[in-house]
Formats: sequence, structure tokens, C-alpha cells
Amino acid sequence: MSARLKALLLVLPLIVFLGLFFLWPLWMMIATAVQGGTVRLAFPQTATAIASWDGAGPPPASLQAALVRDLRTDTPQERFGDAVRTLNSQQAGFRTLLPRTARAVREAGEADAFDLVALDPRWSEQGYWLALKRSMPAYTDANLLAAVDLKRNDEARIEPVEPDFAVNRAIMLRTFVIAGQVTLLCGAIGLPFAMLAASVTGWKRNALLIAVLLPLWTSLLVRTAAWLILLQDTGLINQTLRALGLIETPLSLIYNRTGVLIAMTHVLLPLMVLPIYASLIAIPRNLMPAAAALGAAPLQAFRYVLLPLAMPGLLSGSLLVFMVALGYYITPALTGGAGDQMISSVIAFYATGTANWGMAGALGLFLLVPTTVLYILYGRLSRTPLVQT
Amino acid sequence: MSSVSRPGGAAFNAVRLAFAALAVAFLLLPLVAILPLAFTDSVFLVYPISGPSLRWFGALAESQAWTRAIVNSLIIGSGATVVATVVGTLAALGLRRELLPFSGLLRSVFLLPMVVPAVVLGVGMQILYARMGLASSYLGVIIAHAVLCVPFVLVNVASALASIDPALERAAASLGASPVKVFRGVTLPLAMPGILTGAVFAFATSLDEVVITLFVAGPNQTTLARQMFSSLRENISPAIAAAAFIIMILTFALLLAVKGASLLQGLRKKQRVQPSEA
Repeated sequence: MSARLKALLLVLPLIVFLGLFFLWPLWMMIATAVQGGTVRLAFPQTATAIASWDGAGPPPASLQAALVRDLRTDTPQERFGDAVRTLNSQQAGFRTLLPRTARAVREAGEADAFDLVALDPRWSEQGYWLALKRSMPAYTDANLLAAVDLKRNDEARIEPVEPDFAVNRAIMLRTFVIAGQVTLLCGAIGLPFAMLAASVTGWKRNALLIAVLLPLWTSLLVRTAAWLILLQDTGLINQTLRALGLIETPLSLIYNRTGVLIAMTHVLLPLMVLPIYASLIAIPRNLMPAAAALGAAPLQAFRYVLLPLAMPGLLSGSLLVFMVALGYYITPALTGGAGDQMISSVIAFYATGTANWGMAGALGLFLLVPTTVLYILYGRLSRTPLVQT
Repeated sequence: MSSVSRPGGAAFNAVRLAFAALAVAFLLLPLVAILPLAFTDSVFLVYPISGPSLRWFGALAESQAWTRAIVNSLIIGSGATVVATVVGTLAALGLRRELLPFSGLLRSVFLLPMVVPAVVLGVGMQILYARMGLASSYLGVIIAHAVLCVPFVLVNVASALASIDPALERAAASLGASPVKVFRGVTLPLAMPGILTGAVFAFATSLDEVVITLFVAGPNQTTLARQMFSSLRENISPAIAAAAFIIMILTFALLLAVKGASLLQGLRKKQRVQPSEA
């Protein structure tokens, strides 16, 4: 067996595994986001059958049979209702016709030949079937548009949704703002911290590094819970400030933006410190003394020697922190208020709260694309690996 | 940055020391602050602790929801660790010599689960599982966790493999060992610390995972982290600190065991090498 074939066989299980359970789900999420609407979801077999009907002649028996099969399957009540509403807006009458037909089909049992027209003569009218066909486009941009607060009006022109429903853009903007703020805070603490760690030796350096690694190895949930406890009104921070006489009434540090920023900065700080540190210890140790010997003041040496050399690390760290922060869900959900939720929480709401996978997928796409772009950028720019061990 | 003394050096050093102290406090305070609260006898998660007590661990042990969550976490964590370690280690071995076209691309794709927002993957998995009939099953949760764990195994095993001197394997082969023997006698033992570290990180990742679990697990598969997440949203009781204590101890114990073992191995190797050097 050639070495190459052996290598392929070794890698193959992971390719199959991630293909099946990582890339395929992502693909399905994107597909769900652009697949034609609620009616299609409620009547999947009809959707397939109706695609091959040209809409001119009478609906073929196979199409009628597909609709019967769809009505027999146990569609969630909510989804069925959504579909009926959409259809009724296309063709008045579906509101009574569909529930009635569904009831009759279920009562008739498994006998395959069910005569729709005999049950209700409306099923012989072309208009109903055409409306069904119109409501089942293969692809739609409705979810993608809705994700950025747009919709198509009756003339199929794109227009903004009513201001009362336009919330997604604001939440996306907020997501980027929070991720940016956290990145800035991490940089402001992380850069001097990494410089400090690189400038000392022995136990001092080890202590500083362990202080960064310990949180990294600690459960995210535990760290978030810890901040919840520390920042609450009766928490250690407020107690200490009160005991020192600095404040009278407790500061509200939690369930608002302050809490989110503190907790997220703490969680992501190691991802900033480690790349900067890695780029700093690669610098020859005698550079700064050399700069000093050549007459550079400490600040000058810092500005023109150390900072440029720390830049690649700072850039990698910033990209990493920003990229990871964009997708945060747990920490804002626990430490933030209603006005601090990020895009992930909206996605989770659509997926688990209302089972509207089309919307969840569309919003997910708006999160997946920037993250992937940042990852590619990170791969291009950075030589520090993604995981530190 | 050097020990060269200069005017204002003392003030500069004071600032550095203050900054270091504050930053270290910021990093470590949360970890240190939550642990003692697991042993409070109060019903509130506040300092000062009025008296030491194990009542909250007792509360966890008595609550069916918590014990079940702990058992689930162990089942799902072990399952995910085994799956991720096996496929991850195999892939790291396959990628080792960069024999395949697009090795670099493959590696980047294999690390993607760490980068893709958990919520996004969660939505996709929920849709996929609904169709495959894996929703609310142990197998489904184990697979989903394993996907997130694979990158950690891959990175650790790859770095262990990279540090193996190829001369050792060539020497074994030239002495007549079959490829299988070389692998079992030389490569595998040398890569073992990396594999174990990867496995520990995989287990820790599964133990801490909440988001994907929210999407794919049913009420029967509630994990410790998931249970902790919902309790944090409902009411903050010291039971949470006790659960956090369990998570932290489990993670650190495993990490210490692995790091300690590889450290010991390194020491023993040194002892073995020294006589021949003398």
C-alpha cells in the first residue's frame, strides 16, 4: 500500500465524520434559509409533486395523492396554521378548505385512494391548485431579507419592514459594537500584560502566564457564574466598595452592558495575551538595550522598536477575540439585560423558541459569513496556532 | 524592559507592579471567589460565609435533576471523548507527513468547529437531527459534542507527532521492525502524552458545552452544564457554586493528571539517558 493511500485512509474517517455532522448541518441550515417558505415546510411531498405540474391542465392524480399523504402526516399544529394563513392570503377559502380536508383524510385512514373532489368540489377549481403552486417556490429570499429588516411588497419590490418589526439590524449592529468594545478592552489590558510577561523572567514570568492559562482552562460557564456572583448588588465588588466608603448605594454592574463587557473581556483576554506574548518572546532580548544604547528614550524605544514588533501578535489576538466574540451567546444571556443580547440569542430564539428554522438559518448565515471571513484572514495573517496547550 | 536603571525607574516599576497585580486579580479573582461559596451554609451566594457546610453538595446529591445531569455529563463526555480521540488521532497521523494534496486546507477545515459560532452549528444540527431521527438521543448529543472536541485532539496529537524525531522510527525500521511494530513500539508511545492531553481537552470541552446541547438534547439528556445554565437563569443558589466546584475539580484533576504524567515520563527519560551520556 502506498504511503499516500495510507495517509488518505487515516484521514478519511474524520473527513466523513465532519462532512456528515459538521458541513452537512451547516449546508442544511443555509438551504433551509432560502427554501421556499412555510407552505413548503408543511407540505413537502406536495411541493415535489407540484413542481412537475405545468399549471395548465387539471392537477394530476399523483399530485392529489401527494397532498393527501402530506395531510395524513402529523405536521405540527403551528406549522400547519402558518401554511394555511399564507395560502388563504393567496386564495380566500383555504382557511376552511384545508382543515376540513385534513380532518376527512385522517378519518378515512390509510386507504390511499382518497377523492378530494368528492369531499369538497373546491378541489376541482384550478385557482386553488394554482395558489398552492404559487406559494411553493423552490427558493425564496424572504428570510434573508427579513434578517436585515427588509421584505418584498405585493409588487415584489424590496422595501423596509414596518419600524415596529425592524429589530434585526439594530441587534447586528449591537453585536459588532460589543465585539469591538471587548476587543479594545482585551487589547488595552492584554498588550501591556503580554509585554510585562515577556520582560520578566523566572517565577515572575511563570506566575503571569499561569494567571492567563488558568482561566483559559476553566469552564466558560463557571467563569460566567463567578462574575454573576461577584458583580451582583450584594456581591464582593459592591461590598468592598461600600466597606471602603466609596459608594453609598450598590453600583449596578450586572444585567447590563457593564456586566457583559466585564465578563466577556475576562473570558477572551487569554486569547489576546497569548499571541502577543508569542510574538514578543521571538524578539531578540538585546533589542531594547540596543535601542537605549543608541540614545532612544524608553518611550521612543517602545514606540519605534517594541510596538512594531508586537503588532503581528496584537493583530492575531484582535482578530481572534473579535471573531469569537461575535458568536457569543452564554455570557451575554447570563450577564446582560434585554438590551445587551447579541445576534446568537435571536437565532436561538427563532430555532428553539418558535421552530422557525428559515429565519434562524438566515440570521445564522449573517453570523457565519463574517466569522468565516475573519477565520480566513486570521489564517493568512497569523502564525500563532488557534489553540494554545 | 531591561534592568538598566534610569531616572523615574522607581515610579515606572511601581506602575508596572500595580498593573500586574490588578491584571492578575482580574484574571484570577472570579476563579478564586466562586470556590469557597460551594461550602457556605447560607442560602445566599454572598460573602462573608457564615459557616462552612457541605449542605449544597448534599442538595445536589439529593436532587434528581442534578444527579441525572452529572451522570449524563459523564456518559456524554466519555462518549464524545472516545469518538473525537479516535478519529482525531487517526487524522493527525494521516496529516503528519503532508502527503495528501491540500493538507493545509484539510487542517483548516478540521479546525473550523472551533471557530463556527455554536449557535449556528446548533441550528444546522437541529434541522439535520430532526430529519435523521437523532433528536433528543444520547447518540445525537455525543456526536454533536465530538464534532466540537475533534480540533482539540487534532492540535494536541499533531504537535506531539511533530516533536517525534523521525530518526527514531527510521532506526527501528532499519533494525527490522515491521511498520506496525514501529508504530506500536515507537510512534504511539511517543505520541501518547499528546493523545491523552487531547482527550482531556475533549472531555473538558464536552463538560462545558451548553449551546449545542440546548439545540439537540432532550430533557433526558440534560447535562451538568445545561442544568447549571438554566439554574443560573432562574435563581442563583449556592448549589450552582457546588456544581461549578465539581466542574472545575474534574477539569483540573484530569489536566494535572495528564500534565503530571508527561512530566514524569520526561524525567524518567532523562534519568535513562544520563548514564549513557556520562
